[in-house]
Amino acid sequence: MVETGHFALVLAFALSLVQMLVPLVGARTGNQRLMAVGGPVTVTGFALTALSFAALASAYASSDFSVASVWENSHSLQPMIYKITGTWGNHEGSMLLWVLILTFFGALVAVFGNNLPASLKANVLAVQGMIGAAFFLFILATSNPFIRLNPAPIEGRDLNPILQDLGLAIHPPMLYLGYVGFSICFSFSVAALIEGRIDASWARWVRPWTLVAWMFLTGGIAMGSYWAYYELGWGGFWFWDPVENASFMPWLAGTALLHSAIVMEKRSALKIWTLLLAILTFSLSLLGTFLVRSGVLTSVHAFATDPARGVFILCILTLFIGGSLALFALRASQLTAGGLFHPISREGALVLNNLFLTTATATVLVGTLYPLALEALTGGKISVGAPFFDLTFGPLMLPLLAIVPFGPLLAWKRGDVIAASQRLMAAFALAITAMLVTGLFIDGASVFAALGVGLAVWLIAGALTDLAVKSGFGSVAPPVMLRRLAGLPRSVFGTALAHLGLGLTLLGIVATLCFGTEKILTMRPGETVELSGHTLRFEGLTPQKGPNFTEDRGRFLLISDGNADGAITSAKRFYPVRQMVTTESGIRTLGLSQLYLSLGDENSDGSVVVRLWWKPLVTLIWGGGLVMMAGAAMSLLDRRLRVGAPAKRRKPAAALASPT
Amino acid sequence: MTRKQKRLSVILAGLAFLGAAAGLTFYALGQKASYFYMPAELATASVQPGQRIRLGGLVASGTVMRGNGATVAFSVTDTQKSVKVTYTGILPDLFREGQGVITEGAFGPDGVFVADSVLAKHDERYMPKEVADGLKAKGVWVESKSQ
Repeated sequence: MVETGHFALVLAFALSLVQMLVPLVGARTGNQRLMAVGGPVTVTGFALTALSFAALASAYASSDFSVASVWENSHSLQPMIYKITGTWGNHEGSMLLWVLILTFFGALVAVFGNNLPASLKANVLAVQGMIGAAFFLFILATSNPFIRLNPAPIEGRDLNPILQDLGLAIHPPMLYLGYVGFSICFSFSVAALIEGRIDASWARWVRPWTLVAWMFLTGGIAMGSYWAYYELGWGGFWFWDPVENASFMPWLAGTALLHSAIVMEKRSALKIWTLLLAILTFSLSLLGTFLVRSGVLTSVHAFATDPARGVFILCILTLFIGGSLALFALRASQLTAGGLFHPISREGALVLNNLFLTTATATVLVGTLYPLALEALTGGKISVGAPFFDLTFGPLMLPLLAIVPFGPLLAWKRGDVIAASQRLMAAFALAITAMLVTGLFIDGASVFAALGVGLAVWLIAGALTDLAVKSGFGSVAPPVMLRRLAGLPRSVFGTALAHLGLGLTLLGIVATLCFGTEKILTMRPGETVELSGHTLRFEGLTPQKGPNFTEDRGRFLLISDGNADGAITSAKRFYPVRQMVTTESGIRTLGLSQLYLSLGDENSDGSVVVRLWWKPLVTLIWGGGLVMMAGAAMSLLDRRLRVGAPAKRRKPAAALASPT
Repeated sequence: MTRKQKRLSVILAGLAFLGAAAGLTFYALGQKASYFYMPAELATASVQPGQRIRLGGLVASGTVMRGNGATVAFSVTDTQKSVKVTYTGILPDLFREGQGVITEGAFGPDGVFVADSVLAKHDERYMPKEVADGLKAKGVWVESKSQ
């Protein structure tokens, strides 16, 4: 089975070479038969990659320690779920997952792209083939997951304990669906540059792909953030760690792309810019893959450091980013410019959005790469953390968030900012009220906290105002209004939901940062502690035994109004195989807020160090992410993307609306 | 406005914007980035009390003192010099005597380094990369330590 998987992987690499060459030549020479080769080859390549991945997963599931990758990252006593998720909990397996998703998306274009112009489809598949070939070669040359060990070890070395978690089962696949989803936008852009023209069907294809990729990337980042929050036991949800930034940069650029693609689709303006953004977004995804996979950063993601891998990915990175940008420089002037618009218009607002988002992306990029560059050039070691990003990223985000509610209320081509402001009066009043209430009535609220709460309420109310205005709230009878609301395009709901989610996330962040409380203390069994109105009694430590670990479980009783209100447990776990200790945090969700505690070391006198946090509205941070995802899904269901707008050509993209 | 003027104005606005962001970025890099030092380097570097830095090295054996409450004192050493560090909070799971650690914080007026975060992030060898590099550069990297 393992050899079958290995062979399938080599075969998939060979097919990707065919996929990158034959359709390209076909499109160049106008040969229909050569172009038609692309589809079947792509689908077969996907099937082979899937077979290869299945082979690796089954080796993990059956604990076949004769496979080096399994031996290094698995153990026979691990629960089955973590044996399986361990498949992508290591460098080799996660790269295989990467190409699996890449070929999956390629196959979707091959199967559902019958309505695309033949040459465009051929070029898109060829570019996908190039990316695939580069990464297949990378896997086979430097990170082969199917290397055998002889003699086979009897027992494995266990998966890194902090990766033995359900969050890991979901976070990487989601993140990769996002990262790699942008490869389709990239391929479409490069194909358009090769052809030297962009037509209407181009925009209608790129937008749903951007939505899909963005939706998964949002989910992946939110999931990763929540995982770090509960698994690392530090109670933080975002650390501005380079590895987090690696996923955040494509998200910011992807958000800009999402917005500029609207302008392009609706008004056929900003074509060249959208194309460039698509290239940049995927370039940032590749950069993220490089940062995380090359081992230049020390983190939980750098499973093993091997300079050959870093150099190889760096070559891939240079080739694709350099190549596509060079092509852009050569060909962009041939593309026709789009329609005109007044600065104050929906287009204008979206341009402003792009300006803010791309600049913010640039600051994150500088903050992430500067320490690496400095170390490479001078050997000096610095760390760029939250204080840097608070000062650069923060000031860029505040004005952007403040103008978000205006965007959807401005008309295309020429908007009326006064009319939009009048419609936003109620939302504005609400935001000011929230700001005043926060500032005046909550103890210890800073100016920043009041401003943050006001801004969040402004976003939330603004999103609802958009729906209210478009359904005629207040100006027509309620039944008519409801009918109009139901008749609104889904993309309007999508926009409102996404902006609402942003407001919720912001509210969660502001509330947690400004009104959260924490305590560090030593406790003996029977002692109680009070934090923000919640009383906890430490019941004591009890040793427990898990399948592949032992733990000291600390039990705390939550007391509300004098009555016991359930227990919270936090544990220190010891994994003997890796000789590693981890902390399992104890979390109790109360409404939208959470009580979070983590256990420290036991002192010689029997007392235990305990750190506890009260995190008000903290769940909104990730809940807002879910709402944003729902907004993207809603937009994907829009009629426009399912059946297409009237145009010369027969409609593509029909099936794309629900690619999963 | 003609198309050209319009494009020009958009580009100019964009550049002004980027310029402002770039200025802010450089200012922030100068002010908010914290430098990494090993104890012996502190003699030559002029680190003011209150200036945020990252201090890395090995946790000197036999120096970890748990005082009252959650405050811990220990020394960070690069085998040539050592620096006293205090930290209030929960030490990371990988914190052990004789192993690599990075602390972030500032010197107090009394010359004791007050850390507000302690990292024992590690590779397979329980050694933060910066610390391993620093020890290698000093020639005190003992290969057996890393096995």
